[in-house]
Formats: sequence, C-alpha cells, structure tokens
Amino acid sequence: MSSDQKASTPARTPVYALCGNPNCGKSTLFNALTGLKQKVGNYPGVTVEKKIGETYSQHGQPIKIIDLPGAYSLAARSPDEAVLRDVLLGRRADTPQPDRVVCIADASNLERNLYLIHQILDLGRPVILVLNMMDLAAKSGIGIRVARLEKELGIPVIPCEAVNGKGLIELRLAMSRSDLPLPRHRWDIPAPIAPAVSELAASLAQNDRKPPLIARAEALLLLTDQDTVRVAGSAALTPQTASILQQWQKRWEAEGTDWAGTLVNSRYDAISVICNEVVQRQAVSVASVSDRIDAVVTHPVFGWLVLGAVMTALFLSIFTLAEYPMNWIDGHMAGLSDWVKSAMAPGDLRDLITDGAIGGVGGVIVFLPQILILYFFISLLENTGYMARAAFIMDRLMSRVGLNGKSFIPLLSSYACAIPGIMATRTIEDPKDRLVTILVAPLMSCSARLPVYLLMIAALVPGDRVPVASKVGIMLLMYALGTLGAFGFAWLFKRTLLKGEPPMMIMELPPYRLPRLRDVALQMVERAWLFLRRAGTVILGISIVLWFLSAYPKAPQGATPTQQLEQSFAGQAGKVLEPVIKPIGFDWHIGIGLITSFAAREVFVSTMGVVFNAETNDQDTTPLRQALLQARWPDGRALFSPLVCFTLMVYYVFAMQCMSTVAVVRRETNSYRWPAFQIAYMTGTAWVLSFIVYQGGRALGF
Amino acid sequence: MADTQKLSQLTIGASAVVREMPKQGPAFLRLREMGLLAGTSLRLVRTAPLGDPIEIKVRGYHLTLRKSEADQIVVEPSSAN
Repeated sequence: MSSDQKASTPARTPVYALCGNPNCGKSTLFNALTGLKQKVGNYPGVTVEKKIGETYSQHGQPIKIIDLPGAYSLAARSPDEAVLRDVLLGRRADTPQPDRVVCIADASNLERNLYLIHQILDLGRPVILVLNMMDLAAKSGIGIRVARLEKELGIPVIPCEAVNGKGLIELRLAMSRSDLPLPRHRWDIPAPIAPAVSELAASLAQNDRKPPLIARAEALLLLTDQDTVRVAGSAALTPQTASILQQWQKRWEAEGTDWAGTLVNSRYDAISVICNEVVQRQAVSVASVSDRIDAVVTHPVFGWLVLGAVMTALFLSIFTLAEYPMNWIDGHMAGLSDWVKSAMAPGDLRDLITDGAIGGVGGVIVFLPQILILYFFISLLENTGYMARAAFIMDRLMSRVGLNGKSFIPLLSSYACAIPGIMATRTIEDPKDRLVTILVAPLMSCSARLPVYLLMIAALVPGDRVPVASKVGIMLLMYALGTLGAFGFAWLFKRTLLKGEPPMMIMELPPYRLPRLRDVALQMVERAWLFLRRAGTVILGISIVLWFLSAYPKAPQGATPTQQLEQSFAGQAGKVLEPVIKPIGFDWHIGIGLITSFAAREVFVSTMGVVFNAETNDQDTTPLRQALLQARWPDGRALFSPLVCFTLMVYYVFAMQCMSTVAVVRRETNSYRWPAFQIAYMTGTAWVLSFIVYQGGRALGF
Repeated sequence: MADTQKLSQLTIGASAVVREMPKQGPAFLRLREMGLLAGTSLRLVRTAPLGDPIEIKVRGYHLTLRKSEADQIVVEPSSAN
C-alpha cells in the first residue's frame, strides 16, 4: 500500500464484542447502547443470529458492536457457543475481528458469570466488565466492591442497571478510552497440564500461525473443548498440533489425570479467591420472589394448571385476536385486487397482478397477525423466565421419546404454524435433538389445516342431524393423530437415524424478571421480519408459480373457471396423479387440490370451489359442501363418501403439503437432504396410512 | 469421610457438598463449567412435577439436571441450612 493511500484511509472504526452468560441482560444493554441502529442477520452456514449495531463514543466517533450469543463457556456445546468462540478467537472471516471485548455479568450471580469472563481474559484483548443488575443483587443482599474487583482483574469494571439506563454513560466513557489496559489478572495453569499447554501453544503459534496470546488461549481451550460442535467457518487443527494433543491425552489417560476437570477446577479456584475478596453477602432470610413464584409454577398440581392456562391464553389469542386483523387484511387485499381489475384492461398481465402477485402477497401477510402474536408470546415467555420452567416441567414427558424439555415450545408453536416453530428450535443446543424436532414439527396440526378439516367434517357429517360433540371429536382426533405421529417419529428417529449422546437437561432456571416491553416488542418485530424474509419470499414465489400452473395453457374464449382449471397444467397434473391416489380414494379433482395446496394447505378449499364450480367465501361453505356431496366418479359412485372425507383428513395430517416449510427447513438445516427426507417420510406415511384407512374402511363396508 | 450418597437420593430441601464428579462425558464437563465441582455446596430445591429433572441451587443460582446425571454424582449431606 502506498503512503498517500494510507493517509486517505480513515482510522478503522473500533469493533467491540459484547458477550456474557445467557440471562445476564445482554440484549437490553445492546438495545440501550445502539437504539435501533442494528443489523440483524445470520452467520453464513449456521443458524445463529448475527447482530451488529453502531453507537457513538463520547467524542462522537462511531463504534461498532457485535452482540454475540449468550454462552456459559468458550468450550462450545451448541452452535451459538461455537460462534462466540470463533468470533472471539478470530476464526471467522465473515465477521470483523473484535478489537476489544465488553463482558457483561449478572452481579447477583458473579461467581458463575466470571467463568466465561475468566476464559476471555486469557485472549489478550482489552476487556471492560459490566456488572449488570446491581439493584437486583443489592435486593438479594449481595454487595460488590467494584474498586477491588477492578484492581484484581486490572480492567475497568462498571456497575450498571441496563433496564433503567444507569451506568450507560460510564460504559460509553470507558468504551471511548483509547488507552484501555490489557487484563492484568494472572492465574497459574495447574502443574500437571502446564507443560502440555506451553507445548500446544508453541505449536499453534508456529504451525497454525496464531498470534502468541491467542495461541495460549486456544491451547487451554483444546483441553476442554471436545470439539463436538464444529460449525461452518471453524478451521481444523494442523496435523502437528493435533498429534501433540493426542499424545498428551494418551499420557494423561494412562496416568489417570483428569485434564479437563483440573483446568476447570483451577479456574474456579482463582474465581473463588476473587469473589471472597469482592462479594459481600448479607443473609436474607425471606424467600426471594422467584422462589415463591416457583413454588406455585413448578408445583406438582398448580404447575400443570399454570402451564395449561398459559397455553390456552396463547392459542385463544392466536385464533381469536388474530381474526380481526386477518379479516381486515383479506378485505383490503380483495379491494386492491378489484381496484386493479377496474383500472386495467383485461389480460394476462392483469391476472398476474391480481391473482398471482396480490393473491400471493395477501397469502403471506394474512398470516402475519398470527405470527406476531405467537412471537409476542414467545418473547414474553423467554424474557420473563417462564420458558425455562415450561421446559423443566415438560422434560420428563419429552424424554420418553428421547428429546428434552427445550423441544416443547417449538413443537407447541407448530400448532399455529410450523415455520415459527422450526425457527424456534434454535434454542435447542444439541444439533441432533434440534434436527429431530425440526423433522417432526410439521406433523403438529397447524392452523392452515383447520379449513381443510372443517370442510371435510362438514361434508362428512352434514350439519343438522349430527351433534356438535362428534364434530369436535373428529377434529380432536386429527390433532391427536398428528401429535402422536410427531412423538412416534421423534422416538423412531432418535433410535435410528439420529442416535446421539444420551440426552441431558443441564439448564439454568433464571430468576423471574419483569420484561421490558421495548425488548419484547423489538424481538417480536425482528423475528416477524425474519419470517417475512424467509417464508414470505417463498410463499410469494410459489403462489405465482401455482397461479401460472392453473392459468395456463389458456382455455378457449368463454370457458368457465372450472373448464380453465381442468385443462391447465395443474389440471393435467391432477390427472397424471390419479393412478397414484386412486388406491386411497382420491380422483384427479382432489389431485388438483393436493397440488395447489402446496402453497398453503388451506388453498385446498378455494381450489375445490373452483374445481366444482361452487361459490365460496370464508363465512359460509354450504354451497361448496353441497357441490362436494354431488361430485361423482365416472361410474356414478359418490366421490366424497364419508370414508373419503375421513381419509383426506388423515392424508392432510401427515402429508408435507407446505412448500414454505420445506424452504425454511432447507435454510435451517443448511442442506437439501433433510427437507427431501422430510417430504418423503411425511408424504409416504400419509399415503400408507390413507391406504390403510381407505382400503380397511372399504373392507369393513363403509 | 462421613456418609456419602448419590445426588439423586438427596431429600428435597437438603444441603450437601459434592464429593465426586465423574471424569468422563460432556455432561459432567458442562456441569463443572457451570460451577458444580468437588467441594461445591448445593441444595436440592425441588424435583419437577413428574419427578425428573431435579433443580439444585449452586453458587447462588438455580440449575436443572436429569436424575441420570445426578445418579453419578456423589455428595455428602451437610447440616447447614
């Protein structure tokens, strides 16, 4: 680089990494520092949220802040922790290298919070320690001698209450310092492993070309990081270093040295010495608020009632509250489409705009109210601390099929829509448990299946003579079937395809906290935006493709919509499909519905309306029901016999009839193999079960 | 050494000190990193409504683990609290 080029380049914006344990108030601090100046994305190749924000120093200079995922240790056990490790060690080329680190610790729980920080101090970068939740600590009788801690660690320590904005000015001042000191804290690596650490560090510096301080940190990490979590972007060790590590491990095994344990112990010993100096405890005799809440919430009887009440509230709001904005959106989309129809000359372009684009966009945003409510609840449950309790209560049941309690909320969300459910699996650390949860989540009956069930039940047991109870019974049966299927397949996958480590449930139960509405709202909007980008674009694309398939080739002038659909590509495909679906009682009319409902399952209903030339609207499906009951096979048999209606419901319970879910699974698993497998196993099961139901029913004389 | 027992057999509300942690296995490494080491004192707060997992208080915070792990951790009940 020439010298004048150098002069023209402005000084690089300093990059801070923000890290700490989960539940230490990191997001609140990040939001408070950066306001809405945040970019939320994804680390390429892993499904870990990447958040980078900007703030200003005291002198108005920009500062970049990377909000790293919460973690307990640099020895990664989940993709989240692996990203933290790799960014801090400078292993990721896709993320700016942090120059400095802001560590956040929950002041009321300093000892455990200091473990991660102790590892970070080894990295040889300037560190600022933020002691968050000082007020809560004081309330539970814990005082911290900040000046003493500063002296022990040799870094600035800033007491803070991120929720009230206290301490932010001091933090900004510290972040603006150009002379931030390197940590002074030294601890002795225990004798049995010290020679190994220096040998590994030397090899890492020489062979793997690591800077000396990073080499030491990496060497220490190699002893505890069993590298179970390799994520895209982490580089492998050179053979020289790997063989040194192996030799030492062999030797230690022969000697009976517990190398990983020794290392963790010595860190905690050093931390205990510090904490004895700086933490002042006053015995508080009254049980904390959290303890009293937990006495009810995790009570053998009341616990279930609370869980049931929370879930009921969640689903009531999704299904009732969402209805108003959904109708509003529906109405406006229809209005918009009418307006375009009146303003444009009839033709293909107009149809593409009204039926393809507006219909497609409408199909996406009509789900948004439900998704927003779902995300609002999930954020609320996470931020208050109830999510961990739900996992705690449900763990035993989930363990029956080899999963753990953390799969509960994703599966539950899938009753509303599998897409947010699948996106919520990110909290599951174990990659195999997460994959199993993703694979079975779409079996939970989502809200898009509801219109299909309702139509089939209406056709199966026509209105007046049948008591409501039996209709509800059939509906519940479908939900039960899907749920059983999900658990059954989870059990099967955990035993065969994705046999893994024995499941564990090592989880912190954080104290209950009143969430800040701003943080909850921000999280909800971020996730909804992610949903729109992930699923929205796919739903839109598929809607247009499916519109094209049912609009072309064009029928001669004057053809009815029914004739048009019959001879379109979709209609032809339905006929091609007939031999495959005839054994389960479906004809090509139904085949068309199976194809078009890949956009979203409820499209089946409107397709049936077009296929059988019946007026439909959301409020009243009576004309369609009648049209269905009059539909006949060429030989005069009724097409929608009660048995076929029932079989069709069973088919919809199991079949992977949703391209948006497929697209999201592809993103979240980062592979084409798993979504392909998912389509195959789900639709295969749907066909086999439908075959059994239909042929069995016929044999029994239905 | 006084009487020891498995962590999973501790009665609810009882306090104890960890005496032995298994050396192998990612679960125990993680438990150590979460601060559960030989010599650490803990209190069994409760078990989940269905009996598993258990909740302990250790180093001032609440942690859950399954009985299958707790079975392999040896503790010595202490009279304090």
